[in-house]
Amino acid sequence: MAEIYYSEDHEWLAVEGSTAKVGITPYAAEQLGDIVFVELPDAGRNVKQQDEVAVVESVKTASEIYAPVSGTITANNEALEDTPETVNEDAQGAGWFFEMTLSNPEELASLMNKSAYDEFVKGL
Amino acid sequence: MNRYTQDRATRPKPTQNSAKFASALLQEEGLLYEVGHANTSGVDLEVLTDQPDRLGSLARTTPTGLVGLSEPETLRHYVRLSQRNYAIDLGLYPLGSCTMKHNPRLNEKLARLAGFADIHPLQPVSTVQGALGLMDQVSYWLLQITGMDAVALSPKAGAHGEMCGMMCIRAAIEEKGELEQRKRVLVPTSAHGTNPATAAACGFVIDEIPANAGGRVDMAAFRAKLGPDIAAIMLTNPNTCGLFETDIKEIADLVHEHGGYFYCDGANLNAIMGKCRVRDLGVDAMHINLHKTFSTPHGGGGPGAGPTVLSSRLARFAPLAFVTGDRATGFALAEHPEQSEAAFGRMCAFHGQMGMFVRALTYMMSHGGNGLRQVSEDAVLNANYLLARLQHEFSPAFAGTCMHEALFDDRFLQGTGVSTLDFSKALIDEGYHPMTMYFPLVVHGAMLVEPTETESLHSLDQFADTMLELAKAAKSGDVTRFTQAPLTAPMRRLDETQAARNPVLTWKP
Repeated sequence: MAEIYYSEDHEWLAVEGSTAKVGITPYAAEQLGDIVFVELPDAGRNVKQQDEVAVVESVKTASEIYAPVSGTITANNEALEDTPETVNEDAQGAGWFFEMTLSNPEELASLMNKSAYDEFVKGL
Repeated sequence: MNRYTQDRATRPKPTQNSAKFASALLQEEGLLYEVGHANTSGVDLEVLTDQPDRLGSLARTTPTGLVGLSEPETLRHYVRLSQRNYAIDLGLYPLGSCTMKHNPRLNEKLARLAGFADIHPLQPVSTVQGALGLMDQVSYWLLQITGMDAVALSPKAGAHGEMCGMMCIRAAIEEKGELEQRKRVLVPTSAHGTNPATAAACGFVIDEIPANAGGRVDMAAFRAKLGPDIAAIMLTNPNTCGLFETDIKEIADLVHEHGGYFYCDGANLNAIMGKCRVRDLGVDAMHINLHKTFSTPHGGGGPGAGPTVLSSRLARFAPLAFVTGDRATGFALAEHPEQSEAAFGRMCAFHGQMGMFVRALTYMMSHGGNGLRQVSEDAVLNANYLLARLQHEFSPAFAGTCMHEALFDDRFLQGTGVSTLDFSKALIDEGYHPMTMYFPLVVHGAMLVEPTETESLHSLDQFADTMLELAKAAKSGDVTRFTQAPLTAPMRRLDETQAARNPVLTWKP
């Protein structure tokens, strides 16, 4: 069973062992409005925590997506290139962005669990 | 093949014209390809037979496929389109990000003088002394207003002017042999989107500075980012939240102490012109949007012009071409690298937007120094008047007064089911072009209102009344008026999501 973490940049991480699937939260998707384009990182890319790894563009704005933890990108959700609306429809499921292996699992401590994230969003 | 008509009929059958103007004022206007036809021609010139054809094998043998339209057909198409549009000549245009202010007709009259309008950039300079003299005067005014040391007139728009300034900074860093070391350009989160794009295009790495709760540069975060690898800071003043960067002098001093340069985005000079000198703020380079500050037509009406003023540290690197000489000895143009060894190159083929120089100088001279100061004062006063009238029904993004534009967030719409987008569309039904929305990004659901100095008290009151009435309607639950808007525009709500996801960029029969 994957454990879900959340970042202050409104990303979710479903962590299983030393791998994680990453996407943006339903809150972020709703705030962005209709998403029209997603640029994803290529597999094999090494990233540090807080590196810019993806770009998501909506009718309102373009936003950078930061790596929530350090590691190596292993796969990306190519389907989003043709159907970016999946992010609006199912942000925390089929609308995932990329998968990665974690090089420094201790960084997970800097992220939030669901209840902490919900509180964080309430405070915005 | 007949060169003029491409062997097409010059008298189309009456039924071929698809535009039906008489039926209604709000008819669908076809594309040019639908108004005209590729198998007819709008010109009916006789083929010259007594002249040798010098085209030889270059003569076209197949038709271009372009539509043939007569002059009235073409004219009517564009006039019909223009009548379905909104313009500063029709009413108040609160779109902040690129000022829509009145373009005085005197500017237009002078720009049409043959000595300015009908000249060519490759004419011998002895035949265009008046035009060069005018460019020299524009430079003089811009330097007087800003207190700076040099100006490059050639950049053709704001972002082009940014590019010019950053290229000067890059050239200065390169001359010191520090290009490898100085890679980082600091850009506040509230900057114009073109700022980071320009810095990146010049080979720098962007480092964002967050804004503080007051909408200005977070000084602690800024100080923490300083270091020997700083190339420059790009700061907009007043910033895109419509606020004067009160720490601007300290920012300039600190960047200079660390060996960097200060690029100021001068897009909002129309708020401070005649009130403070750019030089005194510690600026090294700044572009000036003639189309904003000096009322030259833009945004569908004409080309931009973005002259860049430079400090003494950067003046030498100004691009070619520029005017030299004076009225007594005659003006000339420095156009070749040997005439300015430090010049980083050229921004464009020739010398800039001549027609805009004429209009801008007309505006400057018809206002005079005191008048230009009053332009800034009126622009700021008008924005603050709207802020004061709207602040109780709307939610100002920041406390206190503003500069030339008033910024609201969407807190006042919370729970109403009406979004900033819906609100803006409803404004169209009331006869106004919407304000800038969802920008700056640092403010949630932003509405940025810039009335400019153009508007009278009466006009501001009309707009404020409309805005207040709409805000009250949204709060009282009249949601469909907003979500269905616009109801009265030639086109209803366009599907911008589909337009972005599946753009259709070519016409298909």
